[in-house]
Amino acid sequence: MLEQETRVHPYMANSTDVARRRMLDVIGISDVTELFEQIPSDHLSSEEIQLEPALRSEIALRRHLMTLLGQNDTCEENLSFLGAGCWQHHVPAICDEVWARSEFLTSVWGTPSSDLGRNQAWFEFASQLGELLRMDFVGLPVYSWGAAAGHAFRMAARLTGRNRVLAPRAMDPERLAVIRTYCGSPELKGHIELVGVNHDPATGRYDMGDLRSKLTDETAAVYLETPSYLGIVETNAAEIASLARAHGAETIVGVDPISLGVLAAPGDYGTDIAVGTTQPLGVHMNCGGGVGGFIATRDEEKYAKQYPTLQVSICDTVVPGERGFGLTLFAQSSYGSREFGNDWTGNSVYLWAIANAAYMSLMGPAGFFDVGSTILRLSHYAATKIAELSGVRVDWDSGFFKEFVVNFDGTDKTVNEINEALRQRRIFGGKDLSESHVELGQSALFCVTEIHSADDIDHLVDTLKEVTGR
Amino acid sequence: MSQPLKNYHSAVWDEPVVMELGAPGRRGILFPDTEERISDTVGEAQDLLAEEIRRQSPIGLPEMSEPEVLRHYLHLSQQTLGMMGISLFGTCTMKYNPRINEVMTTLPHISEIHPHQNTATLQGVLEVIHRLDLVLRELSGMDRFVFQAGGGADASYLHAVVTRAYFESRGELDQRTEVITTAQAHPCNSATAAAAGFSVITLPLEEDGYPSTDALRATVSDRTASLMVNNPDDMGIYNPHIKEWVDVIHEAGGLCFYDHANFNGVMSRIRAAELGFDACMFMLHKTFGGPKAGGGPAVGAYGCIAELERFLPGPLVVPDGDTFRLDEGGPDSGGRVREFWGNVPLIVKSYSWSRAMGAAGIREAADLSMLANNYMEKKLLEIPGITKSLPHLMAHRMEMTRYSLVELTNETGVTAVDVQNRMVDFGVDAFWLSHEPWIVPEPFTPEAGEMWSLEDIDYWIDVLAHVCSEAREQPELVKTAPHNQAIHQINDNYLDDPDRWATTWRAYQRKQKA
Repeated sequence: MLEQETRVHPYMANSTDVARRRMLDVIGISDVTELFEQIPSDHLSSEEIQLEPALRSEIALRRHLMTLLGQNDTCEENLSFLGAGCWQHHVPAICDEVWARSEFLTSVWGTPSSDLGRNQAWFEFASQLGELLRMDFVGLPVYSWGAAAGHAFRMAARLTGRNRVLAPRAMDPERLAVIRTYCGSPELKGHIELVGVNHDPATGRYDMGDLRSKLTDETAAVYLETPSYLGIVETNAAEIASLARAHGAETIVGVDPISLGVLAAPGDYGTDIAVGTTQPLGVHMNCGGGVGGFIATRDEEKYAKQYPTLQVSICDTVVPGERGFGLTLFAQSSYGSREFGNDWTGNSVYLWAIANAAYMSLMGPAGFFDVGSTILRLSHYAATKIAELSGVRVDWDSGFFKEFVVNFDGTDKTVNEINEALRQRRIFGGKDLSESHVELGQSALFCVTEIHSADDIDHLVDTLKEVTGR
Repeated sequence: MSQPLKNYHSAVWDEPVVMELGAPGRRGILFPDTEERISDTVGEAQDLLAEEIRRQSPIGLPEMSEPEVLRHYLHLSQQTLGMMGISLFGTCTMKYNPRINEVMTTLPHISEIHPHQNTATLQGVLEVIHRLDLVLRELSGMDRFVFQAGGGADASYLHAVVTRAYFESRGELDQRTEVITTAQAHPCNSATAAAAGFSVITLPLEEDGYPSTDALRATVSDRTASLMVNNPDDMGIYNPHIKEWVDVIHEAGGLCFYDHANFNGVMSRIRAAELGFDACMFMLHKTFGGPKAGGGPAVGAYGCIAELERFLPGPLVVPDGDTFRLDEGGPDSGGRVREFWGNVPLIVKSYSWSRAMGAAGIREAADLSMLANNYMEKKLLEIPGITKSLPHLMAHRMEMTRYSLVELTNETGVTAVDVQNRMVDFGVDAFWLSHEPWIVPEPFTPEAGEMWSLEDIDYWIDVLAHVCSEAREQPELVKTAPHNQAIHQINDNYLDDPDRWATTWRAYQRKQKA
């Protein structure tokens, strides 16, 4: 048995001899091991666990963590142009103040009355996202954009009784890997077949001919992204939705909500199910740990009944005029119906939904217009300037948002070599596409957001000129 | 009653919905003016988009100043009880979330790093991930952990996905279509197995509080892909035949997954791999000191034996001499369940927690959670109207016990939900009732864990005893609770009515008019 001086711990009030004695006495036993009587002795580990020595003081713990984490080099100390599913946007200070509040941080479930504030914040997340999307039914967030798309494909398959989904061939490989998982295996139930649709090499947009040839009366859904992984804004979204509808297929649209101050709302061009990311809305990158996803539809029963998520509805209380918030359609979730529910739900990224809500309130309509306009101009400025470099091409030099593809074939250098040279000069270059998108040659996906200045971009361009040796 | 109950009342801000706040023209955030060389080069923003895809419709968001937004959400936080009071929410292992970890993970060293950075710039976070992997290997006997799954349910899904890949590699997937679980396993086990395409067989409980091994034998066949179970279950009952179960499944060629959601009481005493399991899952947001956060960001840390490693999703953190690199995962990988590496800040928090505790601290936490639960049980069973689930089972329960209020309900008409609603009037967070199916009528499931002091636990018990007395003396007071909260009982009888539900303000306004 451990000595008291090594047992008392700041995280555990009862780690004193007095408390332990009192509990033993009340229970009527002399040793804690008696409590493990249900466990056969041959289940108990014969060897004690061996861990590194405890760092019981916060002083020692902090020093250790700072030493470890200090090895990281951040996007604040460097100039970063990485995006590709996780983006460096400005996170307003009050977003961090709000989510980090102990009440939100530690809440578990509560009742509609005792955790009113959190439930209201969730409703405000859904309500504000619904305004950006112009869609009336919004679920609580899911793990990521890929998870949201995967669930949406499954919703569409259940709605249509079909099992084929058309999706962009040039999709984010990271997101596609998640979607493939959600689509299952042909040997088992509920498998969804993914059919890749080409992009038009001239524009980067969906190849409408290829889409038409693959869209049939067996298609459950057409999935498009705008902006796409490669940054391209899809100008034919309304036509694609109308083609899908003509074949009885659902239209699923993936969007980055930070674009919706300047880009048309998915609800305005025939989208049936909108999905996308929540990370740009006031959540730090967190090494990819900031990602989150959403699912939204029109407020129609047939769609609502397919949601796998939990969702909060505004409602009234027993006191006239008082408002509250409760869960709607809980019974169709896995909590309510186990394997008979829609897919599954569980802990997700609900705390980030509160950061998202605060972010959208801060932004308002003018903030979203401004951030969208700023990103459009800065990213196009960067593309224009980079394209002026010798040996460097930007084939899709307009009609993109935030991200754009830069080709280095004419420099006789690989993206890897260029990025390595940039890194020596404290710049994180764009995501290397040369392995995931071989047809694009030595290309990289550059991301420019509102955090960048003209000086930042000029510095990138100057440094690219230096490292490409042109 | 051993102490007077607190004269608690929640903050009441009567806070409007954010959509009703603000005034036209206000701004909560500004962006830098566009520099001249930018506008000279690219012109107006709107001209950079084709007309047909420009936003035409208004954006119906509130227009608020920065302090208005801050104060609104602070008001909402104050109307959230969370762990400001006492929360003994069973199955979720409410424990202290050390604030040093919040401070450390909000530094740019974690918050402002990108997963696609060159790994040379990410050595710190890679080392933390590897170190936590080693801690969990030591606690479980497994050979490798991954942290990609965004919660316990997602880790359960990951197991189903790994199972798929395992049998696909053996050419048996068209035959191995069944997953076996129990009625007391978490609903996510059966739901994720079904979502991955498996048929689910749920074994019912028998006399001893768990399904019989005979029932398992009768179910197992060459169609069995995996067993997915917790142990102990949420009633605090440990299945002593679990090793035999694992043998039965293995003999049939299936895999065994240990849902270690209820790990707190057996930490440092039981290793999943030593019981024969092929894979297990730990909840970092519960057992390993991370915050619950109202439902994530969470991590279901999934560990497996060496034979299953090649089916794990990438990227895997691999030590390489003195440094660490990322392995994207091979062709046999079952596929990713979420983009990137997982909720990285929570991985750091959990590693930090494990270091602050050390082996002795983890053993102490397990012991204290067992002691606290059995201490509570003694005291709770002295309260008239409270009975224990499966009362004929005399052995001490594990780190939580499920109880029933059915006697109280029969006597007074006051239900477990009513009692839950009334207890929050004393600053006690709602207790957990039960997962589906409700095997125990009018259930509730407290779990004291290692954080709460004896005074906290005693207060919790006193509040429950008081509410049970109220149920007899003034049942209406309990049934109409809460009375000291931010709002009163919600009217939830139309929440599933398509004409009235409203998950957004847009829908609400439309339906109000109709």
